[in-house]
Amino acid sequence: MFHLQLSQLDLLEHEAIHIIREAAVQFPQAAILFSGGKDSLVLAAVARKAFAPARPPFALLHIDTGHNFPETLIYRDQIARDFGYRLHVRSVQDTLDAGRAAEETGPNASRNAIQTTTLLEAIAELQLDAALGGGRRDEEKARAKERIFSHRDAFGQWDPKNQRPELWNLYNGRKKHGEHFRVFPLSNWTELDVWAYIAREQLPLPSLYFAHEREVFLRQGTLLAVSPHLPLQPGESARRERVRFRTVGDMTCTGAVRSAAATLPEIIAEVAAARQTERGTRYDDRRSETAMEDRKRQGYF
Amino acid sequence: MDLLRLITCGNVDDGKSTLLGRLLYDTKSIFEDQWDAVQRASERRGDTGTNLALLTDGLRAEREQGITIDVAYRYFATPRRKFIMADCPGHFQYTRNMVTGASSAQLALLVVDVRNGLTEQTCRHAFLATLLRIKHLIVCVNKMDLVGFEQAAFDRVREQFMAYAARLDTADIQFIPISALQGDNIVTKSAAMPWYEGAPLLYTLETVYVRNDANHVDPRFPVQTVIRPQDPAAPEFRGLAGQVASGVFRPGEEVLHLPTGLTARITAIHGPAGPVAEAFYPMSVVIELDRDLDISRGEMLARPNNQPTVGQDLDVLLCWLGTKPLEPARRYVLRHTTCETGCLIREVRYKLDITTLHRNQDGTPLTMNDLARVSLHTAVPLFFDSYKQNRQTGSILLVDELTNATVAAGMIR
Repeated sequence: MFHLQLSQLDLLEHEAIHIIREAAVQFPQAAILFSGGKDSLVLAAVARKAFAPARPPFALLHIDTGHNFPETLIYRDQIARDFGYRLHVRSVQDTLDAGRAAEETGPNASRNAIQTTTLLEAIAELQLDAALGGGRRDEEKARAKERIFSHRDAFGQWDPKNQRPELWNLYNGRKKHGEHFRVFPLSNWTELDVWAYIAREQLPLPSLYFAHEREVFLRQGTLLAVSPHLPLQPGESARRERVRFRTVGDMTCTGAVRSAAATLPEIIAEVAAARQTERGTRYDDRRSETAMEDRKRQGYF
Repeated sequence: MDLLRLITCGNVDDGKSTLLGRLLYDTKSIFEDQWDAVQRASERRGDTGTNLALLTDGLRAEREQGITIDVAYRYFATPRRKFIMADCPGHFQYTRNMVTGASSAQLALLVVDVRNGLTEQTCRHAFLATLLRIKHLIVCVNKMDLVGFEQAAFDRVREQFMAYAARLDTADIQFIPISALQGDNIVTKSAAMPWYEGAPLLYTLETVYVRNDANHVDPRFPVQTVIRPQDPAAPEFRGLAGQVASGVFRPGEEVLHLPTGLTARITAIHGPAGPVAEAFYPMSVVIELDRDLDISRGEMLARPNNQPTVGQDLDVLLCWLGTKPLEPARRYVLRHTTCETGCLIREVRYKLDITTLHRNQDGTPLTMNDLARVSLHTAVPLFFDSYKQNRQTGSILLVDELTNATVAAGMIR
């Protein structure tokens, strides 16, 4: 690199550290929303660096839908242990058992929407002033408009038409009692940046991201993993394919892509040449043109 | 690979969406499923052809009303550079949105319709861009295909613009004749305009020289937080965490602490990957000193022979962003670097008409999208520089104490 100049990956890392530190200072109680996916992994890794040699003043919070890939849960526990984070797990099943949410029915039933209830309950229970997420603006068109410090009212709602202007590197995290913030330190990262960072930092990843053999079936153009949560419908048949996942969410809504990419360099090459967005494989985004905004308004991640 | 942050502005019908769509399309930044979704949505709405604005108008209200409400961020990359592009609405709350998008931009792309020449709107965009200290302007003179690719039409716009720009404080203005619709001078040089000797737009964006834009002269380190591990392995460690605002800091150098004026020597600087030999904007680092000074958030490290202004009275060019007008008798919360304090607006000296650049002293209230020169008095002394010299230590936000809304952005004179 030239004198007094940083590469774009370094610039993004420095920006994320500034935002993470600002969140730690402005919010007495904050946690990192940890899904076990690649973006929350990068966030947890950068947050460690932001406070070294001290420990980051955050815990990890995982909302367990009960529909996670088993690999995700093993990985989640391993990262929390290896990175030295305290881990809170709150379960959608508990919310359902307590009668505070109702399970969807039908062949495409998913717990994607009702996990918002569990998330908001956890934020209230843990008295969080802020929840840090790995969301990126290049992921989805509603996220492209969201602030880095994003306000939530006392009901956990996002109001996209009334967002605070965000200028320079000044972040306004003032709030009233009972309100909270979502903070997105990776807002300006792209999918390729995340992969490049994982490769550079040699971060461990769940095996789901690498090509492997799996029982899958096709539903409305999406390759879904065969699991007890998704009964096959008439006309659908399972087959073994070599696949990997570009995003990792619930088994009920995360589509696989056919791939032979088994190493980080192969994945980066595949992502760089991809002609579909990573969320193109997400069933939850396809329910309507503004599915993400509609869920976010209710308090979704 | 390096990074360029840019802002795009233009009138509604000047072809900005088409230009952005083409830049994204030609850099392969639009994915097939996004393209399919936009085509499906366009058909459903009965738009003629594919409505490229739907790529960036992501909010329900924007899609329903067919207007852009908020700044959208788009990302694209070429083998040379990654671009972060803030796309600003054409006229809806344009001052508020443009100031927001421009605050972190290094380059502004202004799109004008060659048939309309220089309009008031373009003057406003150019004025705001230079006000926010964007050092590079590229004026895309669009729709050249509709004037037969005539050089005279392009020259007319350029001359009009240069006459206006003489009143602005700008360094670098480039003009490119383009047809966004047909792709002339976007990625490749247009065969239809052999008289144009410059480079096409994408090459210009890739090669604009921005390395000298940051302030590497005046050392300023606003302290964000103090890192003290409660760890028996490092009992002595006490580091000052923050983002370098400007200048260069190196281990061994003497620094001056504000507000005390005490000096100390830097013993080590820690970056994300370990110790570094120098730290400059916008690096987030941890600085260790040889003396245990009482230092906390909101304070600053500078150099004994290069210090910011210290004071409670600020001369500020304020852009009002709030939905409610300024109430001169009220106290507002002021944010400056890592410092938060109270402030009073002592005087609104004049409002600035950004179309005519006239100063208006009629005493009407300051409302959303207004620009005004004001005198502020702060509750505690600030350590500041002029915005012109230093974007980081020369910028402020005002926050409404009751609603917590961000109501104004200011540039210190």
